[in-house]
Amino acid sequence: MTAYLARRLLTIVPTLVFVSILIFSLQQLLPGDPAVVLAGEDRDPSVVAYLHAKLHLDEPLPVRYLYWLRGVVTGDLGESLRMQKPVLALIEEKLPVTLELALIAMLIALIIGIPAGIISAVKRNTVWDYAANVVALWGLSTPNFWLGIMLILFFSVSLGWLPASGYVSPFESLRGNLAAMIMPAFVLGNAIAAVLMRHTRSAMLQVLSSDYVRTARAKGLDERKVVLKHALRNALTPIITLGALEFGTLLSGAVLTEQVFTIPGFGKLIVDAVFNRDYAVVQGVVLFTATAYIVLNLVADLAYFAANPRLRA
Amino acid sequence: MNCMLRKNVFAAACSLLLLLALPGLGQAQTLRIGLAEDPDVLDPTLARSFVGRVVFASLCDKLFDIDEKLNIIPQLATSYEWSPDNKALTLKLRQGVTFHDGEKLDAAAVKFSLERHKTMAGSNRRGELAPVASIDVVDPQTVRLNLSAPFSPLLAALADRAGMIVSPKAAQAAGDKFGAAPVCAGPFKFTERVAQDRIVLDRYANYWNKGEIHFDKLIFLPIPDATVRLANLRSGQLDLIERMAASDVPALKNDARFKLGKITEIGYQGITINVGKSELATKNPLGRDPRVREAFELALDRQAIVQVAMDGEADVGNQWVSPGNAYYAKNFPIPKRDVAKAKALLQQAGVTNPSFTLLTPTTSDAQKIAQVVQAMAKDAGFDIKIQSTEFATTLDLADKGQFEAYVLAWSGRADPDGNLYSFDACKQPLNYAGYCKPEVDELLNRSRSTRDPAQRTKIFEDIAGHVLVDRPIVYLFHRHWLWAYSSKLSGLRLVPDGLVRVQGLKAG
Repeated sequence: MTAYLARRLLTIVPTLVFVSILIFSLQQLLPGDPAVVLAGEDRDPSVVAYLHAKLHLDEPLPVRYLYWLRGVVTGDLGESLRMQKPVLALIEEKLPVTLELALIAMLIALIIGIPAGIISAVKRNTVWDYAANVVALWGLSTPNFWLGIMLILFFSVSLGWLPASGYVSPFESLRGNLAAMIMPAFVLGNAIAAVLMRHTRSAMLQVLSSDYVRTARAKGLDERKVVLKHALRNALTPIITLGALEFGTLLSGAVLTEQVFTIPGFGKLIVDAVFNRDYAVVQGVVLFTATAYIVLNLVADLAYFAANPRLRA
Repeated sequence: MNCMLRKNVFAAACSLLLLLALPGLGQAQTLRIGLAEDPDVLDPTLARSFVGRVVFASLCDKLFDIDEKLNIIPQLATSYEWSPDNKALTLKLRQGVTFHDGEKLDAAAVKFSLERHKTMAGSNRRGELAPVASIDVVDPQTVRLNLSAPFSPLLAALADRAGMIVSPKAAQAAGDKFGAAPVCAGPFKFTERVAQDRIVLDRYANYWNKGEIHFDKLIFLPIPDATVRLANLRSGQLDLIERMAASDVPALKNDARFKLGKITEIGYQGITINVGKSELATKNPLGRDPRVREAFELALDRQAIVQVAMDGEADVGNQWVSPGNAYYAKNFPIPKRDVAKAKALLQQAGVTNPSFTLLTPTTSDAQKIAQVVQAMAKDAGFDIKIQSTEFATTLDLADKGQFEAYVLAWSGRADPDGNLYSFDACKQPLNYAGYCKPEVDELLNRSRSTRDPAQRTKIFEDIAGHVLVDRPIVYLFHRHWLWAYSSKLSGLRLVPDGLVRVQGLKAG
């Protein structure tokens, strides 16, 4: 276990270096001179020249990469030129928002997805199964932005129950915070719930048809115990992997949902930065989310150990 | 039992939603404005975006302002006087004005701000103040701007960001980080900004014109999606939204809870044609031959374009200023669509089916314009291909001359010079068309050195004689600025620059 952990931790470093080179060079493929975009609609030549010098745009790509890497190693991810704010400060500002949204969305997905998957597997080919499948199909095929706008129109405009968009810090008002988060979290959670439901169903079906479940039933165990204790635990491994991957995706920002609900999280930050060619922000945020993704994968792998004792040997 | 349980769950879910439900409209003294974009840095010297100006209008007072009719009116300067040779502008400053940090706004502060605009690294105001050679403090309430050459658009520049005065003490202390917590002399002072979420301003108790300010707090919320912005207004989360979608106008008109404000912009929407930016200009009949460009313009029905692309929410136009503007060149009225004449011109030019690519950003307005133009021009024999790509990319292509025609809008400036010089004078930064004609340069410079409006109008008519015949830009229309706001608000002034002035605005 310790050796495994050490090996996994060691592979993180080269992965991150590779990711950083990839981010840096891919971004250079974006058409458009960032200085011209950042210079705004007047495009004063002296401003363009100033931005060129400031961003080292006239220097070769490897040199620019080293400038950036030097900053990253010393904990300086650069500064957003559009907002004149250090990238690290922007990440600090957006991370709690995205984290909260991701957690609530994941919670909603788990609450809906796993029980629905279990019910649909246990009550296979019954009305319950079909109903769960229809709901899952709906969740998978409904575009986030459409569902978002529909929820806004219904709960905000027609009923006036919830704010249409925006974010309120929980320290400012917990009620306001939940009111602002519930719709975007539901939109995100709804789509993930569908995926989780499908995977839980197929994993459970596989496990329920295995010998040891038959043995457990033959021993006269309570069906609830068979399903929840014996079958579910074994079916969890692929679901944990999937959950971690989905959570990682949520952390890298739910672009469309954040855009529709104007949630100031990572997704919005990065999309605006790409459109404004605010390179430091794009690089910093992608590096951060890549790291988060890798770490989450590691955590998921470690969770297998907890869920499946056979791996501990 | 199960049924009971379900009922209980349903009741619990409903109560949770009700618990989260809003307490209704916000506090009466707070004004919440929905912006179409998140502004860039809030430093008047470095600021680059239109939407930033909307925030500045409440935060940073300027030496002058403009009114509904585009007249220059006093703000921090109470009066001005030009020297007989038009090379010095003397400004009298308002008495008793203080910055948000309590510092006094005097001639020294004005000199400091103008010099900061001129010399700070990365300043976007340098070009606007280029003719200002030096600034003299005559006495604490009087400042003189000495120009290298007469420059009539200067007053209009001083009625925009170049005329915003910042606190020297705060600016010196913050250096290039001033935009993170700007200190100016406007009606509201900066309190907080969460990027992409909100900008919060609080009323400045010692504002020189405080009698006109009726709100305690001002919150700007950037909400880029027009549908969501409107939903926020309708659900009572916002009191006012700027740049409402034209397609939402009919629905809002029938709702008594809201009012609609609109005015024609000072900018324009047009199609820029590569007439000399790169060798593509000579390879294509549209860039090479003015007759083909004339035929192209004659193939267009501007009114129909406005109907389809803008739901009728724009004024048709054929110049850099709208037909209602005092400087509109009356000798060049809007041409009517004439497909037969367009075909005849193409025949003369020897190209009956000219083909070109129309570059367009991915915004829905620009896309619609491109499609309507494509269909209309086809009637005259034009074969237009639409190349649609993200805005920053279109800009790059335009900058490098890798385009034949480009759908491009300009937010506009109060003085016509701001809509004309940088686009039509040789080698100017916004001259994407690559247009260059010494006679036009001479006329443009003359319009800058002439102060008399009648004489300037005449010069603009002469400029029209070149620019509207050579057609580096085919002007199409002038959009309406559309504001939607709660009917509880009153006193909204509709100024063609599209900014929201809080002076006089009140609830109830």
